[in-house]
Amino acid sequence: MHLIPCPYCGERPQDEFHYRGDATVKRPAPDAGEQAFYDYVYTRANPRGWHDEWWQHYAGCRQWIRVRRNTLTHAVAASAGPADALPEATP
Amino acid sequence: MPARPERMTDRYSAWRLLKESLSGNRGWKPAWRKPEPKASYDVIIVGGGGHGLATAHYLASVHGITNVAVVEKGPIGLGNGGRNTTIVRSNYGLPSNTRFYEHSLKLWEGLEQDLNYNVMMSQRGVLNLFHSDSQRDIAARRGNSMRIQGVDAELLDREAVRSVAPFIELDNPMFPIFGGLMQRRGGTARHDAVIWGFARAADRRGVDIIEHCEVTGIRREAGRVTGVETTRGFIGAKKVGVAVAGNTSRLATMAGLSLPVESHLLQAFVSEAIKPMIDGVVTFGAGHFYISQSDKGGLVFGGDLDGYNSYSQRGNLPVVEHLLGAAVSMIPALSRLRVLRQWAGIMDMTMDSSPFICKTPIDGLYFNGGWCYGGFKATPGSGWCFAHTIARNEPHAFNADLTIDRFRDGRMIDERGAGPNPWAQ
Ligand SMILES: Cc1cc2nc3c(=O)[nH]c(=O)nc-3n(C[C@H](O)[C@H](O)[C@H](O)COP(=O)(O)OP(=O)(O)OC[C@H]3O[C@@H](n4cnc5c(N)ncnc54)[C@H](O)[C@@H]3O)c2cc1C
Ligand SMILES: [Zn+2]
Repeated sequence: MHLIPCPYCGERPQDEFHYRGDATVKRPAPDAGEQAFYDYVYTRANPRGWHDEWWQHYAGCRQWIRVRRNTLTHAVAASAGPADALPEATP
Repeated sequence: MPARPERMTDRYSAWRLLKESLSGNRGWKPAWRKPEPKASYDVIIVGGGGHGLATAHYLASVHGITNVAVVEKGPIGLGNGGRNTTIVRSNYGLPSNTRFYEHSLKLWEGLEQDLNYNVMMSQRGVLNLFHSDSQRDIAARRGNSMRIQGVDAELLDREAVRSVAPFIELDNPMFPIFGGLMQRRGGTARHDAVIWGFARAADRRGVDIIEHCEVTGIRREAGRVTGVETTRGFIGAKKVGVAVAGNTSRLATMAGLSLPVESHLLQAFVSEAIKPMIDGVVTFGAGHFYISQSDKGGLVFGGDLDGYNSYSQRGNLPVVEHLLGAAVSMIPALSRLRVLRQWAGIMDMTMDSSPFICKTPIDGLYFNGGWCYGGFKATPGSGWCFAHTIARNEPHAFNADLTIDRFRDGRMIDERGAGPNPWAQ
């Protein structure tokens, strides 16, 4: 079981959260062109290692949060509120 | 070029069994060789799962291309090929899927003769339960779509469900059972035997199966593939076909490509062995749960993805709890059984839940992936279509729609209509 540190509620079990996907993709500007929108909707880096992702604490504070989680070891390195940035990089 | 004949001496047969048993069983040979890699091949297939080995078999047997290597980072068949719940079916709604999976099911029906190997293909039926009028309408629509395309489908009412699966609780107060959609030609096969059967058949036609050889790079020159870097050195190739299931994005990165794929976990479970109880495959319609019984007597079951990106091959407890809840709602008697084993595999989930078998922007490089949680049943069809695509440098009609470009062109094959969220497929 993952224990996810919610910046508002502290460490909570994974089944209080919904996974909401890759947090590195950003909606492009309206005039950014088709390729940029294609990548935004469909293309994923899908790394084996550290991954910045959205989780929603639906059975807690209901906030969407950013979580840096390792897809190979399931370790969680950091979390942040929706408007806050995660640390630069995790070794 | 005509297909090279198989080496006939080590055919398996009742006569051979008798002969070997009378001579102390000393005449059996290993089912495939352990060759050293050659400097180069006409075709290299990356990934020694069911799909890679099937591709090599059909390259050799249908297209006469035998200067082929399958390179596998571990021993063959320890990926999803050896981790799945072995369900085989072709009960899809969308024509692009039905065409492909029905071709695959037809290959399953003749596979043991083709491979000279008992893969224990057992067409005992796949039954999808429904629990409301609207679910019945959806099932009827899918069944009709299948029948229009020449695939068998039968809509069963409650009493018919009771007669084929008497152990099911029909009157669960929350999820009463209204009936089920049955595909009688569906069923199960022995997953390991499928791997071994394809490996042996490919090896007998001269394909080199190279185990413990991980591909670490895909070498290209002027937009054309020239071979693969591996942990056992560079191996040259005119063509490279990638069939690595959950690791598809990693191989794509080696070729400078990015894909509409995420890797996710799927778990499977086996109970202690009991006397025959469940004849075919039954799936619950009010939650994600499916079950069958292996020939050894263990109940084999699974359900939802864990639901977050992962390469760990280790499942987590929330899904276990959900799945066992669904199990006991459908078959209360299961509460008396113990789970013996549990494991997980890495699924290559696409943005529409359908796979791809196609060319890439790099000449001579082909990709096979996006199998989600349903690629075991695809094994022969996938190998057959991938071999065709590689040999002819163009897809067959069966896989023409299964491209990666379909996302760009808006031609998604979204069987579930779940949107571009791989974990929700
Ligand atoms: C728990 C579970 C249940 C499932 N149940 C069903 C089911 O009931 N019915 C169904 O139809 N499907 C099912 N599936 C899906 C099915 O198992 C897969 O879609 C299918 O097996 C994938 O194809 P494969 O057999 O070739 O994959 P794999 O066996 O995973 O083969 C890929 C191979 O590539 C190798 N590889 C990876 N990277 C490299 C590299 N860099 N170099 C060399 N080799 C590499 C891997 O080691 C692996 O052996 C299930 C999957 C799981 C995990
Ligand atoms: Zn919270």
